[in-house]
Amino acid sequence: MIPLSGDIPDSKGAICGKIDSNPVVRGTSTLKRGFAHMLKNGVVMDVTNVEQAQIAEEAGAVSVMVLDKLPSDVRKAGGVARTASIRIIEEIMDNVTIPVMAKCRIGHMYEANVLDETNVDMIDESEVLTPADEYHHIWKWDFTTPFVNGARSLGEALRRVEEGAAMIRTKGEPGTGNVAEAIYHIKKVNEELRTIKSMYDSDDKQELVKMAREFKVSYDLVEETAKIGRLPVVNFAAGGIATPADAAYLMSLGCDGIFVGSGIFKAEDAQERARAVVLATTFWEEPDKVKEAQKMIDERQSLLGLDVKNLDLKMQERGSTV
Amino acid sequence: MSKIQIGILAVQGDVTENFLATMASMSELGIDGTVVQVKTIEQISELDGLIIPGGESTVIGQMSLVNGGLKKIKEKIESGMPVFGICAGMIFLSKNSKDKVVGKVEQPLLDVLDVKIERNSFGRQKDSFEAKISMEPVGISSFNGVFIRAPSVSETGSDVEILAKFNEKIVAVKQGNILATAFHPELTRDISLHKSFVKLVDNLN
Repeated sequence: MIPLSGDIPDSKGAICGKIDSNPVVRGTSTLKRGFAHMLKNGVVMDVTNVEQAQIAEEAGAVSVMVLDKLPSDVRKAGGVARTASIRIIEEIMDNVTIPVMAKCRIGHMYEANVLDETNVDMIDESEVLTPADEYHHIWKWDFTTPFVNGARSLGEALRRVEEGAAMIRTKGEPGTGNVAEAIYHIKKVNEELRTIKSMYDSDDKQELVKMAREFKVSYDLVEETAKIGRLPVVNFAAGGIATPADAAYLMSLGCDGIFVGSGIFKAEDAQERARAVVLATTFWEEPDKVKEAQKMIDERQSLLGLDVKNLDLKMQERGSTV
Repeated sequence: MSKIQIGILAVQGDVTENFLATMASMSELGIDGTVVQVKTIEQISELDGLIIPGGESTVIGQMSLVNGGLKKIKEKIESGMPVFGICAGMIFLSKNSKDKVVGKVEQPLLDVLDVKIERNSFGRQKDSFEAKISMEPVGISSFNGVFIRAPSVSETGSDVEILAKFNEKIVAVKQGNILATAFHPELTRDISLHKSFVKLVDNLN
């Protein structure tokens, strides 16, 4: 089981309060990580307006992620990509019943504050937007709202967890419609997990200490992760997912769920495709159901896609080394 | 007496946590049985009890409708199979549900638990909270309630017993073979509620 504890002492995000006269506590690890647990086996869809958010909800999305532009448009537009308009985020929050997430720039403490005040259900500190701080991510323990972060290796994932991320998404290359990078990174994380698990199982503390130094995280976190043999928080796949078969494949690699960015609303058959990706994610273990889902979409209407080798901008590299 | 089989509806949500809590309950009670993750009609048909976990009720409902699971679950509950719905599971069991902000939303429901539900009753994720609650009718005097974007029960039918309230809001109910909570016992280390559900299944077997 994924542990729900992991609070650091005196985390500012955990607040004691009252509802009427009854004492309550908010923003604990149990509540933040627990929220991510409720998303498991679901699909989170990128949206830019109310209409798309409603299509996503009707199709069975477990949550929506609000952006100003879909990742493939961010890529085309160039310039600086920032958090979405608050007015649009609020409009979406008022019109769907499922949780609403929004992205802020890496390291941009005050964009995060604004989203926290807006009351979004989860904040994505995302490499799809232009990083605001090349050297630091946000210290997420200071927030009551949970965070999700991207990672393309185990070390990167654990650094984010140590900063207070309640959920991880293994990165792909956003806005490409090319699932290759997402597959590469989840396989890499799985391989690294197997390595430290076997160190733990053979009680080789010296090697685990070495890994902690390499990952640049505390020994305790490496040991805890090695013991359970998986990431200590919920882990979704993201980046370049365009078809039901893409989603099902990533589920089979051990992901807890799926983020779809441009893959749905940049395709010409968004409504059908949204539903099909949810079906394939739910029933990934049943090949006939995945086929049925794949049949709902028309390949001629898929996002054309980009070869990652030819890209000038690799979003996945943002914030990876710190 | 035959071995009991309890299923965890594995469409979407925190399935593993309920699976482990139910396994632990069985072993602590010394009850011989199995716990399985279920999705298909065939798997559901075999069950003596079912837990519908937390997650998103809209997703669990829609995806259960797709493969006929919804109809089968309803049939089984109506013929007496005990069921335990948690958060999204509680909403899915209900006859009527509307969102606190958005209002009425079309979503497939099992229509077996005679209550009206208010979804997201305590607010959004930032308002999610942990608090002590008490469920005297099932002999649990203090329980750590983990409420995550939790619903509450706004009206109950005459056969519905109220197990717990938080302030004035109803957060746990029982109606015959149906048990439902707005909070998440599977996210705590306290398995007392899962144990009382396992006992309910075992007694009927």
